[in-house]
Amino acid sequence: MSGTPDDTKPVNFTVKAPVYLQIGDAKADTAHSGVCVVDVNLPFGKPVNIEEVTFKNYYTAYVTVRLLRRNPKQEAPAKWCTAVRDLPLMDNPHTEGGSQDYYTIHRTQMQVEPDHVVCARLILRQPSLAWLTFSLEDIKIFPHTEPDPEKEVSDWLSDLTLTDQHPDLEGLPDPQTVSSSIQQMWALTEVMQTNQTTASIGRFDVDGCYDISLLSLT
Amino acid sequence: MMDEGIELSLTIAQIIQRLRGSHLHSQIERQAKECLHQPDVKLESLKEDVRSFLKTSGWERKLQNAVYRELHIQLPPRHPPAPPEHLKEPLVYMRKAQASWEKRVLKSLNSMSTELGVPLAHMRPAAEQKELTNKWNEMGTDEPDLSRFRPVYAPKDFLEVLIGLRNPNHDSSEDISVRSHWGLIQVPLNVRDIPHLREAYSELNLTSGQMGIDDHALIHPAVLCTHSLFCLHVSCVVVMEEDSAAAQQYSRQGCPTGLRADLWALILNATNQPQDVMHYEQLKAGVIQHNLLVDNLIYKDVKLTASNDDYYFVFEDFLYQVLLCFSRDTAVLEHFKYNSATPPKSYIQGEIISVIPFHGFSMYVAPLCFLYNEPSKLYNVFREMYIRYFFRLHSISSHPSGILSLCLQFERLLQTHLPQLFYHLRQIGVQPLRLAFKWMVRAFSGYLSTDQLLLLWDRILGYDSLEVVAVLAAAVFAFRAENLMEVTSLASAEAVLADLSTLKVMPLIQVFLFATAM
Repeated sequence: MSGTPDDTKPVNFTVKAPVYLQIGDAKADTAHSGVCVVDVNLPFGKPVNIEEVTFKNYYTAYVTVRLLRRNPKQEAPAKWCTAVRDLPLMDNPHTEGGSQDYYTIHRTQMQVEPDHVVCARLILRQPSLAWLTFSLEDIKIFPHTEPDPEKEVSDWLSDLTLTDQHPDLEGLPDPQTVSSSIQQMWALTEVMQTNQTTASIGRFDVDGCYDISLLSLT
Repeated sequence: MMDEGIELSLTIAQIIQRLRGSHLHSQIERQAKECLHQPDVKLESLKEDVRSFLKTSGWERKLQNAVYRELHIQLPPRHPPAPPEHLKEPLVYMRKAQASWEKRVLKSLNSMSTELGVPLAHMRPAAEQKELTNKWNEMGTDEPDLSRFRPVYAPKDFLEVLIGLRNPNHDSSEDISVRSHWGLIQVPLNVRDIPHLREAYSELNLTSGQMGIDDHALIHPAVLCTHSLFCLHVSCVVVMEEDSAAAQQYSRQGCPTGLRADLWALILNATNQPQDVMHYEQLKAGVIQHNLLVDNLIYKDVKLTASNDDYYFVFEDFLYQVLLCFSRDTAVLEHFKYNSATPPKSYIQGEIISVIPFHGFSMYVAPLCFLYNEPSKLYNVFREMYIRYFFRLHSISSHPSGILSLCLQFERLLQTHLPQLFYHLRQIGVQPLRLAFKWMVRAFSGYLSTDQLLLLWDRILGYDSLEVVAVLAAAVFAFRAENLMEVTSLASAEAVLADLSTLKVMPLIQVFLFATAM
């Protein structure tokens, strides 16, 4: 089990200003292409293993996440790979559904293992002309933490609720057999109470010691 | 976007939290304890035996119904957890619009109070309290002077607010979508068109039997008997099994008249337990103790609308008994903590009133009087219907059953499938939505004949959506299209659509959905 956003802090990173790609050279002719790129630079020298990425949508229809990974063992240069391709955030790019919703992309939803990530690039697409602008807000990246056996609270909590496992008895008899034999003994005492006789019990010692086989239950 | 397993366990945890400590919880616990005395409950298999006891005695079904109800009024959990206002309404500009509308309504109420010199709330003198207690069952005989009071707002005021709603991020500079300039609603919500509606409402297909059409005398008696008997049998079983989910599914094809009351109560899980009766009595005591300004508005509304209606005037007393209590019921506000949209509410001198009624509000209750004659049961059913459906008809939200979506859906259906009619009406200066809005805001109550209205509300409950109201509005226009094509003024258009009391609801909807040429 890995850390949840509740007790994990998001990674500190710098987000560059979103770059809206444009068609045409002249500045005057700013036809929106409906594509925007947001670069996320993670702290230099500290590659991150990503657990999940959360953000709030603002009229983005699809998002593609690309990651720049550098494998520490190999000397090979860092490589870009696509983690998520064209994830739909809005049911219909022209209508409001999902336009301002909160989203999470978990590492299990990614096509590659998001480990040793140096830089992330979010490519936003909004093909509809209905909107003036589109972006993602409040982008957070949560690191993947390895489960820590000593400190994990939930482990011993889950132990408490386990009822199927038998506890380590260390030589003590099994509770089930003890309870059933107690039931038998109780039944016996009931019978004894009802069949009380005045005859003395008498000792069954033979040569100064008891012989178990001579004891009889009536 | 979320792992399904995590989403499911979050939902389960939420529902458990809601039901823990409820009356049902303590009842089931008590039942479980008492069943231990039974001989067939053994120590070794205690858990299974108690569970099977709860199953056979019907308590498991009651728990199922309670969970089913919670699922209806709960929103799916989101991860990361979004702030509560986002869960109520995800779009910021709509939240703002709703908040400013609520402020406006409250301001209007306050200024009415100042103008008339009537306090918003005051305690009744003892003599008045005694008189009201005696007259509780016949408040209709009262003829107070209500001439100074006017409704806080009428549906058409609300329509103006909806028309003026704009998304600040919406690019309306170019004529990208000419359709949006035909109609009044300018908000780009996703609404379903006929192909999707056909899938969603497949039980209304022309080939499926419907209650209210196919039990008509025109069909051969042998076929009629078998079909009706079968439907009746199924509905009896559903009622006896006390299964909310089955009742809801059944209601999609209409409820038999005799069993409708039980089926609706099942679907809404509106029980009439002692604690419900007690809650109602508490509210009644509140009504007797305090007089709210809102009470006068309720009186006026009932007098103006329901009392003048041929079908509903007999229920005038019931309406007072329900609505006066409803306006004081703070439990209604509880449900809006986790449901989308906040109804207009306010603190008035320490008393919270839950809903400020508008002109026509009493028509939400009136049809229910045909089904329930016990005040606390009537009250419970109405309250459930309000917090599930009716409040959406006078709140600003992006919900698919919200009035905004219904208006847009009506306009789109008309534009897509009756473009000539739409164009003609625009030519003569008539906006179809202005004609249909008053029907939709009241879910057609007071416009259709009662039996037809109840058949429509069967489907609202059966499909858990108010979409069918928008579909019916479009279907009415389709039905009267020929006449409407010939009118040349707003007044004559209104005259064509004035009387809906002879309409048969289900054939209209069926033909519009399944026989419209695509």
